[in-house]
Amino acid sequence: MTQDYTRRQIVGRGIPLPGNDMDTDRIIPARFLKAVTFEGLGEHAFEDARKQQPEHPFNQAAYQGASVLVVGQNFGCGSSREHAPQSLMRWGIAAIVGGSFGEIFFGNCTTLGIPCLTASPEDLEWLQRAIGREPGKPVTVDVEKQEARFGDRVIRAQMPDGPRHQLVTGTWDSTAVLLEAGAAIEATAKKLPYISGY
Amino acid sequence: MARTSLDKVWEAHAIRTLPSGQTQLLIGLHLIHEVTTPQAFQMLKDLGLKVRMPERTFGTLDHIIPTLSQGRPFADPMAEEMAVQMIRNSKDFGLPLFDLDSGRQGIVHVIGPELGLTQPGMTIACGDSHTSTHGAVGAIAFGIGTSQVRDVLATQCLAMARPKLRQIRVEGALAKGVYAKDVSLTIIGKLGVKGGVGYAYEYAGPAIERMTMEERLTICNMSIEGGARCGYVNPDQTSFEYLRGRPYAPQGAAFDRAVTWWKSVATEAGASFDDVARLDGSAIEPVVTWGINPGQSVSVSQRIPSPESAPEPERPTYREALAFMGFEAGQPIKGTRIDVAFVGSCTNGRLSDLRAAAEVAKKGKVAKGIRALIVPGSQQVAKAAEAEGLHEIFQAAGFQWRKAGCSMCLGMNDDKLQGREICASSSNRNFIGRQGSPTGRTLLMSPAMVAAAAITGAVTDVREILR
Repeated sequence: MTQDYTRRQIVGRGIPLPGNDMDTDRIIPARFLKAVTFEGLGEHAFEDARKQQPEHPFNQAAYQGASVLVVGQNFGCGSSREHAPQSLMRWGIAAIVGGSFGEIFFGNCTTLGIPCLTASPEDLEWLQRAIGREPGKPVTVDVEKQEARFGDRVIRAQMPDGPRHQLVTGTWDSTAVLLEAGAAIEATAKKLPYISGY
Repeated sequence: MARTSLDKVWEAHAIRTLPSGQTQLLIGLHLIHEVTTPQAFQMLKDLGLKVRMPERTFGTLDHIIPTLSQGRPFADPMAEEMAVQMIRNSKDFGLPLFDLDSGRQGIVHVIGPELGLTQPGMTIACGDSHTSTHGAVGAIAFGIGTSQVRDVLATQCLAMARPKLRQIRVEGALAKGVYAKDVSLTIIGKLGVKGGVGYAYEYAGPAIERMTMEERLTICNMSIEGGARCGYVNPDQTSFEYLRGRPYAPQGAAFDRAVTWWKSVATEAGASFDDVARLDGSAIEPVVTWGINPGQSVSVSQRIPSPESAPEPERPTYREALAFMGFEAGQPIKGTRIDVAFVGSCTNGRLSDLRAAAEVAKKGKVAKGIRALIVPGSQQVAKAAEAEGLHEIFQAAGFQWRKAGCSMCLGMNDDKLQGREICASSSNRNFIGRQGSPTGRTLLMSPAMVAAAAITGAVTDVREILR
């Protein structure tokens, strides 16, 4: 059976994580980068924050098994470490809805097939509270229609056309797409004086 | 129509428009290090692919390198394994590596420009967010994740959307005791840590034009802390003179031909930008961060702001920062006691940074009970500093003179904060847990300000020492 790479819609229980400017050091501290694989990173997601705050959402029984993370502004800023989305993915996160995202983090998520969608602060606050009230109820992240649904409420959740196209069509495996350019890669390189020689 | 440097470099490297609407962009220089590549090499092996342009790929060891004893095997077995993998992968794929015995090892963003690998008009990628540093020479340089490292290794390309362009003009002249780091922290404080999302930054204006290449490297390095995808300074005579004679720069007549091309990639007069921000350089004072992101800063003469003084959406982060740091709103930042002083990193680990710190170190001795580390950004920086006796100045003042590496910027080696220690640091991030202790606290500032804090034991206005 071939794997389905399309990410049109993600349906799963939600986990709210309030707060802005959550950097990738916070998601996965640097000591966990001392590894030659990404295996086992899931259990260390937000490790220090979870130790410092027993009430951290990632510690709460109600949110275990959740797959839609709902965050604030500038989530995933800072270090380029792919270990951050890798740890979230391995914890079980399959889609993220937030106010805005650090750009390298956003790109890393796309490359892993994790859609990151942006919503208004009001809608995010509502969604975080609503999930908090009914953690057992599924959130639908509709990448294609650019919306998130919870119960009978629909909120606008946007994504730039490029990455959205990659996720919806299942072409986020960028290596395969880039390889298709074939000899055009070398042809472009040859036209650059610093490669062909001054 | 007048074009910007971003327009020109982007077009010269664009291979095609992808079905997603993104550009398939050729990457002219790929820099790699031991932390974000082992998984990428494994993916390449799994796919049965080679490195597309091994001659455009250069590696070093920096993040996990111990700075005291560098004898192999390293005391930390995991650090040793990462070094072994980096050395083996470089060999297996035929890539040059600036290993510890090369005399050229160092932080990837220090050695790129230093060796002349980084040149104007290039596109550069590296699995590290501070790749924006290389823009100082007039390149467009992106930090990327490990799967994108795999892409660049396998295809020499990235799939990217062209960012918008904001010109940041720094007018006027900087006062004595005010450094490039203070300019960066002022920009980030003004525009916010997410102010640059969606943008590339072009730094311009008299203050930037007057800066040395090393100062520009500091400015571009911090672009990512303001949320920008990359940052650059247009190539000019300062860039050309900096590159002349460097090992990987073009030599002889080729250098002159290169200068002609480099000049041609600069932004043309009258080009338009998606946004322009202006700053008065002469009004900038030494800056110190008080919080948990690089946007939370004040001038050294100011007090820590109250959450109520911030825009509503930022107040929770202000409260979180004050609680984590153990600071009170209204408290002056000056006089804040420190435990550790760190001069180094890709932001401020170059020769001019060490000179600035040494000038201050000459005026006193490291205060009692303070651990003070000087970590050169590369073996070449260390060698040049030792040739002019900087290490002796530091050692005489009670600073530890270490070997090159990323060190306490992110605490992946033994150089870490302990418990709740407060560190005056010339690095780039004051994130919670950044310097190796989950509860450790970081105050970002210029290298001269770090040295001033080290000899007085507290945050001090370096201008009072230099007077």
